[in-house]
Amino acid sequence: MKSLVRLRVNGIAREDAVPDNLLLLDYLRETLYLTGTKQGCDGGECGACTVLVDGKPRLSCLTLTAAVAGREVETIESLARNGRLSRLQQAFHEKLGAQCGYCTPGMIMAAEGLLRKNASPSVAEIRAALAGNLCRCTGYVKIVESVQAACAPPNGVTRT
Amino acid sequence: MNPFKHKGAGQRIPLVDGIEKVTGRARYTADLFAPDAYVGRIFRSPYAHGDILRLDVSEARALPGVIAIITGEACDQPYGVLPIAQNEFPLARGKVRYIGEPVAAVAAIDDATAREALKRIRLEVRELPAYFEPEAARAAGAVLLHDNRAGNLEREVHHEFGDVAAGFAAADLVREETYRCAEVVHAQMEPHAAMAAYDAERDHLTMHSVTQVPYYVHLTLARCLGMDAARIRVIKPFVGGGFGARVEVLNFEMVCGLLARAARGTVRMTLSREENFLTHRGRPQSHTRVKIGMRRDGVITACAMEMTQRGGAYGGYGIVTILYSGALLSGIYAIPAVKYDGYRVYTNTPPCGAMRGHGTVNARHAFESLLDTMAKELGLDPIEVRRRNLLRAPTETINGLKVMSYGLPQCLDAVEGASGWRDRIGRLPKGRGLGIGCSHFVSGSAKPIHFTGEPHATIILKLDFDAAITILTGAADIGQGSSTILTQAVIEVLGVDYARIRVIANDSAITPKDNGSYSSRVTFMVGNAAVQAAENLKKILVEAAARRLQAAPESINCMGEIYCVHGDSNRSASFNDVVAEALKGTGTITAKGTFTCPVEFQGGKHKGGAVGSTMGFSYTATVAEVSVDEELGTVKVEKVWSAMDCGRAINPLSVEGQVQGSVWMGMGQSLSEETRYEDGRHIDASLLEYHVPTIVESPDVEVHIVESIDPNGPFGAKEASEGALASMPAAVVAAVENAIGVRFTELPLTPERVLKVLADRKRREARRRRAEPAYEEGAA
Repeated sequence: MKSLVRLRVNGIAREDAVPDNLLLLDYLRETLYLTGTKQGCDGGECGACTVLVDGKPRLSCLTLTAAVAGREVETIESLARNGRLSRLQQAFHEKLGAQCGYCTPGMIMAAEGLLRKNASPSVAEIRAALAGNLCRCTGYVKIVESVQAACAPPNGVTRT
Repeated sequence: MNPFKHKGAGQRIPLVDGIEKVTGRARYTADLFAPDAYVGRIFRSPYAHGDILRLDVSEARALPGVIAIITGEACDQPYGVLPIAQNEFPLARGKVRYIGEPVAAVAAIDDATAREALKRIRLEVRELPAYFEPEAARAAGAVLLHDNRAGNLEREVHHEFGDVAAGFAAADLVREETYRCAEVVHAQMEPHAAMAAYDAERDHLTMHSVTQVPYYVHLTLARCLGMDAARIRVIKPFVGGGFGARVEVLNFEMVCGLLARAARGTVRMTLSREENFLTHRGRPQSHTRVKIGMRRDGVITACAMEMTQRGGAYGGYGIVTILYSGALLSGIYAIPAVKYDGYRVYTNTPPCGAMRGHGTVNARHAFESLLDTMAKELGLDPIEVRRRNLLRAPTETINGLKVMSYGLPQCLDAVEGASGWRDRIGRLPKGRGLGIGCSHFVSGSAKPIHFTGEPHATIILKLDFDAAITILTGAADIGQGSSTILTQAVIEVLGVDYARIRVIANDSAITPKDNGSYSSRVTFMVGNAAVQAAENLKKILVEAAARRLQAAPESINCMGEIYCVHGDSNRSASFNDVVAEALKGTGTITAKGTFTCPVEFQGGKHKGGAVGSTMGFSYTATVAEVSVDEELGTVKVEKVWSAMDCGRAINPLSVEGQVQGSVWMGMGQSLSEETRYEDGRHIDASLLEYHVPTIVESPDVEVHIVESIDPNGPFGAKEASEGALASMPAAVVAAVENAIGVRFTELPLTPERVLKVLADRKRREARRRRAEPAYEEGAA
């Protein structure tokens, strides 16, 4: 069965007939070709598919597209404005918070969700917010540093 | 004076492909746009061992939407990364040897149809006895997995260097212990994927895959598909980590190619996380018996090790792994006599392979652990006992390995100081402890797997009318940053701005062949090739500048973006003008650089002597601080100090990231990671069951870079991505002993294992008290 679903993705209104069992992850990747959101596991194990729904982090691999009708979905593709990296993106880039980059979109979206409700989180709060996002490259040290750098005063992060 | 000195080498620059990664623009194999691609799926054996009696795919083939189905009949060419041990087929032929082995594959119009088709495949086997542990596989009368391997032994190694008997006789203390390490796996975040496009008109195949070794994929596709290599093109898109999982050609890659040809179109395969665990190629479970002889002053007189590895069902890198474990007993400390007996055993479990710190991690863990135990018995400090056994570079080990640079002493000093070792060891509260471990690793295997007579690495630089320099390389950037390091190497030589450089990597139609990203070879070997290519280009540019400035080439100063006549700053030309001059009469310029490890670095003359040989060993010392909760059985690593001698840090930021990732992966192996099988069935085949540490369980890792400036590495550099891992398990186990007085000999230290050992200790102590009541009563 398909239903007509209206939602906003990265600020753009969408109206698509989607199968009732279509996961948000597959809708983003296969219908909208927003492949920045990654699949890293068989469901709810790794956090690579994290997006924001109404500003809150959510696993798109455990979310039905139909269940986010009328909601605002944000993916990694939405963060850069006018072609410039967001502060989190800039920090992950400069601090080497990304190595292979595969967990990075989900990691950044989870961190984005955190920073929107808590502009200056403690290290413990950063760790708690990213506990569901696995990374196999960094040992997380530079991920913590990246999130910290992104919430430092603006002049604390150098833009290049 | 060189005005652009160290514009490249030594700079903490972000990854050259980092912006793609943080914006989501990086395209990994599963992200490639191919709306016309069929979906490929694999039917896997539910049996651990059996003769195939019947494989019926007719019902599946009849399903509407199924485009092609292939079985073992599609390919009768065995493959395997080592030319001497090729015994695997893309799809099983005649026999199945582990649960999860690919048996048939389907290409269909969509995923649902492909999955439905798999359900309609019928496999009948005559089950054979299956062996999940080396002891069972080696028992007398055991059925052979491979007919030509008696006793199910893939390889046994017996090496002896120096006078081992005399060494032990000269010792004041000889101790022996067995250490067990569970099987672990890479668990790279990007699941396996491949996309093969077959052009039936031209009989051409284009393969995109997640590989670390595009060249081997290319060769093996040609072999398994019976195609001329010239009809094949292999492209490596962004790759989401490897850690060794992808350093050999994997069955799904061949299956994808075969399916595409059968379907006469494009087939995309994305493996589930469960299938990633079944594809495996991880670090084998090992039992290691190690014996060390030591003088009272801590000097080691001899070492003997017996290592048994559970290799799984096929060869893969197995022979190399079992050789590495023995070879790398040398090269870190001065040990005058070493005996090594290694047994690599075939079992009915998914095939093991190479994993970060290939072959050395479990052997190093055993050695370092016993070293620590013996130091304690002799009343020596664990750092001090290591100082008593240091090498002096340059030197050659008893098994023919050359050590040209050696920063281990500085590594020990660095972590001793940073961790506050002297003030804190033995003074921490109960439940908290410090421990140390050391390790080393090769900067590329000095002898390539395939002997072709070609250089070991080749780089091409292209310079054209736009005055941009394109680095063409086959080196596979899998997230470790190889494209960034090559960029820095070229800039260090030429002094140009970063904006001039771009990297095109891993398209066999464009880029020069490279053996791949394994054995930490890229910085050293491909880096050296990049330096040579840049120097060759510089020569051309200096000559062009001389013509333009009407001066002798010897008088030209290359200042990167400007070339001028020495001592006459008015006579100068911009880089663009020099390039324009250089292109006159020739057009596009290509400069090539190559690198080959000289034969004297390629190891001892004994059988297997090439394994472990390298031009430069990295060295690491790591101190871990842990806290142990004896009630819950939990161990938490609170902080890590790791010092690495990487020769020269071409990119210190990147070195830090690699060392942090390495020791953290070693922590996972120490505390929580293991793959378990029940009757051959993988019971940890998800990221919930297989416990990769989360950010909550992961400590700060403070990295200290030691620069020993290797005489042969590019700008003195050696590897930095693997060596640190092997220092960590021994450091963690030593720290746990320091915290609660118990020495664990089995990894990982899961709460179950910790509680069991603590309960056993309690029982033993109670028994001892019961056995000596009279003494206690008398005392009371």
